[in-house]
Amino acid sequence: MKILVLGAGTVGTSVAAALAAESNDITVVDTDALRLRELSEKLDLRTVHGHAAHPSVLAQAGAEDAELLIAVTNSDETNIIACQVADALYNTPTKIARVREAEYLDHPELITRGRLAINVVISPEHLVCRHVQRLIEYPGALQVLDFADGHAVLVATRALVGGALVGHQIKELRGHLPATVDARVAAIFRRGKPVRPEGNTVIEADDEVFFLADRRDIRTVMSELRKLDKPARRVFLAGGGNIGKALAKAMENSYSVKILERSRERSKLLAEDLQNSIVLVGDAADEDLLREENIDQTDVYCALTNDDEANILSAMLAKKLGCPRVISLINRPAYAELVEGGPIDIAVSPQQVTLSALLTHIRQGTMVRVHSLRRGAAEAIEAVALGDRRTSRVIGRAVEELELPAGTTLGGIVRGEKLLIAHHDVVIEHNDHIILFLVDKRQLRHVEQMFRADATAI
Amino acid sequence: MRVFVVQRIIGAVIALSGAIMLPPIALSLAFDDGTTAAFVESALLSLVVGALLWLPVRRARGELRLRDGFIVTTAIWVLVSGSCALPFMLGPSKLGFTDAYFEAASGLTTTGATVITNLDQLPQSLLFYRQSLCFLGGMGIVILAIAILPMLRIGGSQLFRAETTGPVKDAKLTPRIAETARALWLVYVGLNAACALSFWLGGMTLLDAIGHAFSAVATGGFSTHDASMGYFDSPLLEAICIVFMFLGGVNFALHFVAWRRASGAPYFRDAEIKAYLAIAASVSVLIAFDTYLRDVFPTFMESLRHATFQTVSNMTTTGYTTVGFAGWPGFAPMLLVLIGFVGGCSGSTSGGMKVVRVMILFRQGAREVLQLVHPRGRFLVKIGGHSVPGAVLAAVTAFCTLYVFSYVVMALALAATGVDLVTAWSAVAACINNMGPGLGVVSVHFRDLNDASVWICSFAMILGRLEVFTVLVLFTPAFWKE
Repeated sequence: MKILVLGAGTVGTSVAAALAAESNDITVVDTDALRLRELSEKLDLRTVHGHAAHPSVLAQAGAEDAELLIAVTNSDETNIIACQVADALYNTPTKIARVREAEYLDHPELITRGRLAINVVISPEHLVCRHVQRLIEYPGALQVLDFADGHAVLVATRALVGGALVGHQIKELRGHLPATVDARVAAIFRRGKPVRPEGNTVIEADDEVFFLADRRDIRTVMSELRKLDKPARRVFLAGGGNIGKALAKAMENSYSVKILERSRERSKLLAEDLQNSIVLVGDAADEDLLREENIDQTDVYCALTNDDEANILSAMLAKKLGCPRVISLINRPAYAELVEGGPIDIAVSPQQVTLSALLTHIRQGTMVRVHSLRRGAAEAIEAVALGDRRTSRVIGRAVEELELPAGTTLGGIVRGEKLLIAHHDVVIEHNDHIILFLVDKRQLRHVEQMFRADATAI
Repeated sequence: MRVFVVQRIIGAVIALSGAIMLPPIALSLAFDDGTTAAFVESALLSLVVGALLWLPVRRARGELRLRDGFIVTTAIWVLVSGSCALPFMLGPSKLGFTDAYFEAASGLTTTGATVITNLDQLPQSLLFYRQSLCFLGGMGIVILAIAILPMLRIGGSQLFRAETTGPVKDAKLTPRIAETARALWLVYVGLNAACALSFWLGGMTLLDAIGHAFSAVATGGFSTHDASMGYFDSPLLEAICIVFMFLGGVNFALHFVAWRRASGAPYFRDAEIKAYLAIAASVSVLIAFDTYLRDVFPTFMESLRHATFQTVSNMTTTGYTTVGFAGWPGFAPMLLVLIGFVGGCSGSTSGGMKVVRVMILFRQGAREVLQLVHPRGRFLVKIGGHSVPGAVLAAVTAFCTLYVFSYVVMALALAATGVDLVTAWSAVAACINNMGPGLGVVSVHFRDLNDASVWICSFAMILGRLEVFTVLVLFTPAFWKE
């Protein structure tokens, strides 16, 4: 696929890298020549130097025959205009723009009414905020991912001694759960390595377990894997940037929220916009301040500044001062590997979150949702089965008949609004949403092909 | 200061204040009650005095400055109260100047305190005149003057600024100040008409209906009967009265916006009106329970009826009474006097410190408490989700401090003239809040006060009505220095 990436910032670079690895034709446009040179040396892609919204630059970058345009420059306006230009002049079929400014995001009709020539708007702050909010809502969860409009949820959690299932075989799970509750263990990572979850696989303490369940049953299932943490009530957010502010706003009515911001100017703005949160002014590394604000009685501490090092240190400090759960935004994968599960409970990578949202829209065919797991090492995919027994390679077949590529597990099927756990005899029907789990990303192609409705067969 | 311009405006207003006496003249002719002469003499006297002030400077032109606005506003209230006092001196009420001035100021500041004890024996024309003072005072002679006297050529909003109540003064409705005044006036007249019609349909005579509408919407509280609203003893009329007193205590800018958009939404969005309603409702219920438990009334419904009426009446600083609250046991009388300090919404006809100021003051206190608990916290004082700028906070704090200080000084002065303490404290509270009835000697009328006290009370009424600063600024040397 010919893809145009506008902007070689963090997200632009990572999306280009991810897509180049899947043998797409990538062209990256940016105004920073040095950045582009570095990029082209490192990755197999083309670069064009210039302003991303200028028709001449777009033409030079091959907008004429590009199938997809991803506008992720650091200016909302450039992104929007670039999409407009590409649409008007080059008829680019799919245009994705990153928009940060809440003023635009507050008016979704800009896009839905078709006034702006953008197919998808990606807002990193919004995505990250939602992501973190989920983690706070489900204590003990490392990752919470929605499938089929929220009817099914994939949860990652660390198995701990004290969970009823720990030390037992997976097949015992059904016996533990109430009759109405069904769940499936989709994957297990033991010391960073994937373990194929069979019925007789024994779950050990400290395993990272991914399970699929109905939204309402998350807590029930989680209690099998670890002693349940009590629901969070007091939340401390360090960093009052866009993410911190959005998070405080989303949670202030159901949690007691404190938000710490370094700049006096910014804190005034926060205090004006937030109605029920307590806005504090100071440094997140200030031990006295944290102690004064009873950090030891806080349920969750989130370090949300845009500085990895500061986030890690302040989260570690909060942990040391007695906060039971700390979440930190960490962009660099290396840092995340280093501290997650150790001094910091959960590392959230804004870049990964944005990337996986972008990837969902980039994947071909019938893939409606793709989530990156474990910092991109694995993926969870939601695919729709379309067609009939003749045109599709999956419809009409029972789960056990499917020829799934190696390292791929079928987690569940959402039919209508109901999550069916994928027992071996379930037969797939038209319009089923199938949730797959890929430990090996290289198999993605095969999975895509499996679900592509075969036009030649009709 | 542009002495001549100020003089021209004041002269014109005084001369025209004679026009207030035209409807009563017509009434007295119709009833042939022998007060025609008194009104004609008063009107002519006002006209002559006004004309004498106006004629020599009638060609003076020039923009008014902010400072001139203070003088004009204060002077109009003080002097027009004087000219409006004339019919009480010359008419059958036969009051001395002190009492007549008090009565006129009480009407024009929509206080509703009276020194007349035999209202039911007075001719209709004089009673109607009293009520119409409330009507005029309600929205302020100044706004009236801007709306109907374009010859004054006052274009500056400074006059309006000195006149309108409330901390947020630049929330203009329409771009031009004269337009704004006309819009507010229209809403005001509309409310009066609706109120009069309701009273009339509810069983009052036409004159009573109009008269009580004048003093209900203006939150004045003058009645044509000694027994005030108690004369009618009708739950229906009391309910109508509660509604219109309450509406009179709502920001007229809000009425205007709601009327123009033909929707009730602006009322529901306003933070002040919510607090206003909440305070009125909770105090009503509290007093209803208290009076019922202390056996003031035989049934709870009876308690609720009188408690609600008296609470709304006092909080909007109207000052009508049904059975009189001064004799109620417990804390109720004290609370009913103090509730006048809260008053109605800013931009309304009610007096007091205004709900929004009390809210700001209260939230400032709450903020200080929070700040002590979280020394590093950043807390703002917010009204309706928006933070209140520091300058407004300072102004509100200063206002409330000065308001209470003025109250204390005047109450002490009243006590110094030999009035007992309960009377002194409550009389000044009733006057500075433009409420009307107090406790003790002044629970029904102010006739038994000595002359000095009556003057202090008159001053308190005007001071409260003009929101303290407008008057007090005239007493500062800085103001008079060029």
